Amino acid sequence: MSVFIIRRLLQSLLVVFVMSLLVFFGVNVVGDPVDMLVNPEMTQADIEATIRALGLDRPIHEQYWHFLTNALEADLGKSFIFGEPALKLILQRMPATLELAFVSLVLSVVIGLPLGVYAGLNPESRVSRTIMAGSILGFSLPTFWVGLMLIMIFAVLLGWLPSTGRGDTVEVLGVSVSFLTLDGLSHLLLPAFNLALTNISLVIRLSRAGTREVAQQDYVKFARAKGLGRRRIIFVHVLKNIMIPVVTVLGLEFGGLIAFSVVTETIFAWPGMGKLLIDSVQNLDRPVIVAYLMITVLFFIVINLVVDLLYSLLDPRVRLQDVKA
Amino acid sequence: MFIRRLAATAVLAAATFGFSAAAGAEELTVGLASEPTSIDPHYHNLTPNNSLARHIFNPLILMDANQALIPGLATSWMAIDDLTWEFKLREGVTWHDGSPFTADDVVFTLERAANVPNSPSSFGIYIKGKTAEKIDDHTVHIKTEVPTPLMPNDISTFSIVSKAHGEGAGTEDYNSGAAAIGTGAYRFVEWVPGDRIVLERNEDFWGEQPEWSSITIKPIKSAPARLAALLAGDVDFIEGVPTTDIETLEGNENITLSQGISNRVIYLHLDHFRDESPFVRANGGGDIVNPLRDVRVRKAISMAINRQAIVERVMEGVAIEAGQLLPEGFFGVSPNLQPMPYDPEGAKALLAEAGVPDGFEMTIHGPNDRYINDAKIAEAIAQMLTRIGIKTTVETMPRSVYFKRASRGGPDGTPEFSFMLVGWGAGTGEASSPLKSLIHTYDADRGFGASNRGRYSNPEVDALIEEALATIDDAKRQDLLAEATEVAIEDGAIIPLHYQVNTWAGREGISYNARTDEYTIFTEVSSVE
Repeated sequence: MSVFIIRRLLQSLLVVFVMSLLVFFGVNVVGDPVDMLVNPEMTQADIEATIRALGLDRPIHEQYWHFLTNALEADLGKSFIFGEPALKLILQRMPATLELAFVSLVLSVVIGLPLGVYAGLNPESRVSRTIMAGSILGFSLPTFWVGLMLIMIFAVLLGWLPSTGRGDTVEVLGVSVSFLTLDGLSHLLLPAFNLALTNISLVIRLSRAGTREVAQQDYVKFARAKGLGRRRIIFVHVLKNIMIPVVTVLGLEFGGLIAFSVVTETIFAWPGMGKLLIDSVQNLDRPVIVAYLMITVLFFIVINLVVDLLYSLLDPRVRLQDVKA
Repeated sequence: MFIRRLAATAVLAAATFGFSAAAGAEELTVGLASEPTSIDPHYHNLTPNNSLARHIFNPLILMDANQALIPGLATSWMAIDDLTWEFKLREGVTWHDGSPFTADDVVFTLERAANVPNSPSSFGIYIKGKTAEKIDDHTVHIKTEVPTPLMPNDISTFSIVSKAHGEGAGTEDYNSGAAAIGTGAYRFVEWVPGDRIVLERNEDFWGEQPEWSSITIKPIKSAPARLAALLAGDVDFIEGVPTTDIETLEGNENITLSQGISNRVIYLHLDHFRDESPFVRANGGGDIVNPLRDVRVRKAISMAINRQAIVERVMEGVAIEAGQLLPEGFFGVSPNLQPMPYDPEGAKALLAEAGVPDGFEMTIHGPNDRYINDAKIAEAIAQMLTRIGIKTTVETMPRSVYFKRASRGGPDGTPEFSFMLVGWGAGTGEASSPLKSLIHTYDADRGFGASNRGRYSNPEVDALIEEALATIDDAKRQDLLAEATEVAIEDGAIIPLHYQVNTWAGREGISYNARTDEYTIFTEVSSVE
């Protein structure tokens, strides 16, 4: 297993390097951040001075080399706009995004799994059909539209939940979290649900299909013949076996939730990394965009590794080794 | 109809003015379209930063809602000779920590404000060539190398910081609050980037006590979300209300709208400098000598634009037709210039006179995320020009790509486009700002025409602008600026379209004394209750 992990890490390093090339050069050919930064009343000489101060007058390969050597010392550059290290800006906002992604992941399991298992056990019932129709909506409605509708219904019309921002936070081990306060929780609910929507549908579909398949298997029939209770059959024999695809998919989706919570964060003005990314893209704050994408790459690599490990725990038949071609 | 609404807001604001001073411990939560990038008032010369700084700090000279200069930390200022200005400082002003405000702070600020490390856009332009000298604790002389009539305008742009707290302090010390000690109506309490900025009332403020005891600022970039937050009652007041929603909101009795004209003119720049312009073609796509260099063609284009239709349909009535660089009432505006009347027949006749009776083909370029309804305006203009025979296609793009190409996307760093939509807000609140940057001949060495993307050049206009910039006598300068504007507009240097009107919205009874510089200043937000 350790050989597997070491080899995976080496591969990852190569991926990170190639990504850094792609990301850096990709981001640096678009537009010119100077126009986003300077006050229009500035003279040409002032504009030149800003270009030099940001190091944008140097050839691109030199800029990349500068970036790469600094990156090895965990310095991903300074934000053009905030003048602070890009890494610090991202880490500052990371707890908010992680919290949002985590809560939405919990929501997708807590809501999706029971509904999916129910639909799998009673495929012909009217309730199941409603659940399945709902899951199609969950897939196909655009996130920003659903987000605005959630705000319109729960915040504007009913006035139950706040529409924007993060609410009160408390510090836990130096990280500020909002799910431990009532105010924070109320701010969290709508954006987390909005973000979870696609995943809820995904979990419903996966667990329904899994349940239907597993319910026909011999060991379930045998368990039933042995006279085990319905509850025990569902919770031990069925659930455990449908969890493998669910964990795999959710693991991959978790990376997506973190990296691409952009839309939800923008609509709900959630102060996370996604909102920072959108602002940075609009203002061409290149160091932040590059740092963000590099961190995202790392996230996906780590998550994939964790998923592989979890997989082997759930199903002992899976051996951790490289697939031979 | 629009002017009436504007007047009604003004009356309402005036009527509520008496109440505001008496009100108690009211808290105000606001939703802003963009977040300041720093608490340091000298780090980034940017509208959100400058409006925030106005609460915590004060400049020597303030600009009122119409950008007229009024006393701030200085009670009076005057030129005592061509190269020296005397500022009398307000007595009895204290910093938030209780220490007195003196001339030392002013001298320190002039040194610091132009030299903040990593500043992406510094205040250097307003400070360069000025040296401050302390005469006594409440008198400062500022000396210049050349006569500087715009001294008061320049001085009004930046905040005075405390020497005691600012010495050796970097931008991060302001952001953390350690150095954010000002003389303003509000004290800095907290900044959680991306989430909120909290301010509390300074009970020792030298001016009139503001109505709100504390203010929470929430950045909500998405316009529909900002509006929803207001409707849901999560915020009391928002800026940047989209024009499409204004009509609906007018019918909502829980919402109070406040509107005001902006110092921003939306205009068209045309290629004045190339004989073969890259986006101008003869009918059918062949080569053509750049017709935009003919003043009759420029005039025909201006005549072909139905400004009233743009204001009414594209801008939903929330804009004012423009005939020059700044709206009525600003310093240096010409009383003789009116918006060009819509006259498509006259335009066709002019085109025929200019030797292009059948028109030509052209592309209009514009941003799609910078000005109110910018892409829609470009489309409307393309249709209007096509109607008189100039077959115009539209290409719009995000501002992050647009401005680079518009300023220096062509060969040798020249402007790339032939015909483009741009806007200009006069930060100094008077006509020299657009004249200097948009109309004066491009001259990098002397700092003129930095945004002259059509490379318009007219020695007569240049001379007038330069003379105005060296004339201390206000009346004479005003006339020179107005004359420069008249010559340039008659010559079709640019084609003005309309002035933007900005809209703020508050919950019932909360109104705003709208400002021309687009700043959102919370001491100007008042409630009727």
